[in-house]
Amino acid sequence: MKNKTDTDMSSAEKQPLRSGAQCVVDGLIKAGCEVLFGYPGGAVLDIFNCLYEAPFNFVLSRHEQGAVHMADGYARATGKPGCCLVTSGPGATNTVTGLATAYMDGVPLVCITGQVALDMIGNDAFQEADVIGITRPVTKHNFLVRSADDLPGIIAKAFYIATTGKPGPVVIDIPKNVQKQMTAALTPETVTMRSYRPDVPINEAEIAQFAELINNASRPLLYVGGGAISGNAAEALAQLAHKANIPVTTTLMALGVFPETDPLSLHMLGMHGSVAANYAVDHCDLLIAAGARFDDRVTGKISAFANKATIVHIDIDRSSISKSVRSDLGVHGYVKPVLEAVLPLVKPAEHTEWLEKVNRWKERFPFTYPKNDDALMPQFVIEQIDAVSEGKAVVVTDVGQNQMWAAQFFRYTRPRNFITSGGLGTMGFGLPAAIGAQFGRRGAPVVCVTGDGGVQMNFQELVVAVEHQIPVVVVILNNGFLGMVRQWQELFYDRRYSGVVLSQKGRAPNEQVAETSGYLPDFIKMAEAHGACARRVFKEEEVGPALREALASGKTWVIECIVAPEANVFPMIPPGAHVAEIINRTV
Amino acid sequence: MKHIINCLVENQPGVLARIVGLISGRGYNIETLNVGPTEDPTVSKMTIVVPGDSHVIEQVTHQLSKQIDVIEVVNMTNRRHLDRELILVRVATESHNARAEIVDLAALFRGHVVSVQEDSVTIQMVGNQETVADFLCLMKPYSIVDISRTGVIAVGREAPGASAAKG
Repeated sequence: MKNKTDTDMSSAEKQPLRSGAQCVVDGLIKAGCEVLFGYPGGAVLDIFNCLYEAPFNFVLSRHEQGAVHMADGYARATGKPGCCLVTSGPGATNTVTGLATAYMDGVPLVCITGQVALDMIGNDAFQEADVIGITRPVTKHNFLVRSADDLPGIIAKAFYIATTGKPGPVVIDIPKNVQKQMTAALTPETVTMRSYRPDVPINEAEIAQFAELINNASRPLLYVGGGAISGNAAEALAQLAHKANIPVTTTLMALGVFPETDPLSLHMLGMHGSVAANYAVDHCDLLIAAGARFDDRVTGKISAFANKATIVHIDIDRSSISKSVRSDLGVHGYVKPVLEAVLPLVKPAEHTEWLEKVNRWKERFPFTYPKNDDALMPQFVIEQIDAVSEGKAVVVTDVGQNQMWAAQFFRYTRPRNFITSGGLGTMGFGLPAAIGAQFGRRGAPVVCVTGDGGVQMNFQELVVAVEHQIPVVVVILNNGFLGMVRQWQELFYDRRYSGVVLSQKGRAPNEQVAETSGYLPDFIKMAEAHGACARRVFKEEEVGPALREALASGKTWVIECIVAPEANVFPMIPPGAHVAEIINRTV
Repeated sequence: MKHIINCLVENQPGVLARIVGLISGRGYNIETLNVGPTEDPTVSKMTIVVPGDSHVIEQVTHQLSKQIDVIEVVNMTNRRHLDRELILVRVATESHNARAEIVDLAALFRGHVVSVQEDSVTIQMVGNQETVADFLCLMKPYSIVDISRTGVIAVGREAPGASAAKG
């Protein structure tokens, strides 16, 4: 640098020009990105060029949807924001399902999409799509970057928005010319926005009222949702529950936030929740909803839901309070500080009579299933995952019956150990999300519980696990049906199995295909073709050893369990019905 | 009941689409919508008239507040306020008498005749929602040929700083 003059030096120091693409990579580093999932294309070539030297890992998915689900699984397993990068047009539109999945469940993601050059926008250019318009309803926020000068600030804002308040996905759409543009703008140290202030001060009057309601209740119940996990409220929740002896039921999204082995746990509530939890909701005189949003799969018939109870609703999303079920007291705030604030005002209580009643329901109506000598029961497989992993597995599910059995028959004791697409119910989520979860939790046993339907939606991502030596164990519960839809057709549509038969036999008249010798595809061959270890099991005694071998191997495994084809998920409260109409054919 | 909601938003491209998309996506109706700059060039004000019961309006205001580009949401209907709408209404004048009657009625509502044709007269009239509705009701028998409305705008009548912050 001897040849440079003093003025050159100082101006270079004052204005270290960076390209927009470099700003993206620097912004990701600053945000603590450990792994970036994505797929390249013409409109993000400049960013990929800068990525070449990036200090974090890049993981190439085989479809953009897979990349977003991986980032999502990573975020749910770690609590850190997931990051992904895709190209314009089809690359970006392929992320929509993944974004909507993350949006419904409040998962922090930052998704960077390439865009055609600014002067081409609106011209129907090659690989152009109105990504801002398309993703607006499925993201917490999105940005179209018009100048590289804005880029460092926007990236910092995107992570701030994604991770604060109710977390959610944020899209940053970056035109190709902006990636090339040079700028002196620096990544800001802190972000403040006049139009977004996620921190809510504790309202002492509300807390006092909340405490009084708890102290006066004789049949209180905690109904805990995903907000307690994203808000790291597990400890505060346990303290409150134990101090006042309040039984706890969680939503699907919150499984594990309160140990299900605790005597106060009533397990999951809702359509496929435990009888005890749903009876408790029906009988309680105080329902404390903590970071839950009264989803229709929880409430059933809204007018009859918890109709003997005073309802307190704690939520960081003000628009969630009284959205579907009117609350008597809304407490706007993060679950953890609210519970911590109310705790000293709550008097210790026994609630003996109430707990006895609740425990009688628990004993009388446990999650159970009929034994079948001829076929492997899917519920047994889940119990074996719990047993073999000694309750330590991070269970990532797909959607449908496999998801509900995974929720019912594994006893979750830690937050972030049950990962599932709850709100959107996205089939195909399980496998890529499990891979993402394992990237975030390297040492943990990660088991993907999926079905023969859902696993086929993103099977191509298995190769990502194999090549990165991600020891995910994929358990396919193969019943030859799209099981949950079949169950509804069995129960509510007179067993007319339309569009749900995956095997080649027994299809509806208009779906007939030439019958082949067996089930297609052959998942074992498929898994092996992707480089994974694989085994097919038929009998109870084969399940434990297969799981033990797979979990100990440190390799990517697929275990295909041929299970009873028409096993159902019970208990079940029919959609829009009251708990009194519960169907519970478990013997 | 109709509610007048004032919304201060970041003056950025795409914000209008965001607000309109939110309202239609959640199944609410917009009766009128007016957007304009404020004294601060980085802030725009939207005035949205939404019909609905108090539960719907509560949801609308919370959902609007949740938008990242929204700085402040105020339901003007719940507070002392002034609201006005300007209308241009062209009314058929089939007879000399009809024209005279229309001009008389307009004068009673402090409307002005802004254009006269052989077979019609155009009135400019400004008023709050109720006055505008009353005037249009009186014009109906004369067969309205065309009508353009600006949509309602509203300002608060309380001391500055009394408005509710975004929450």
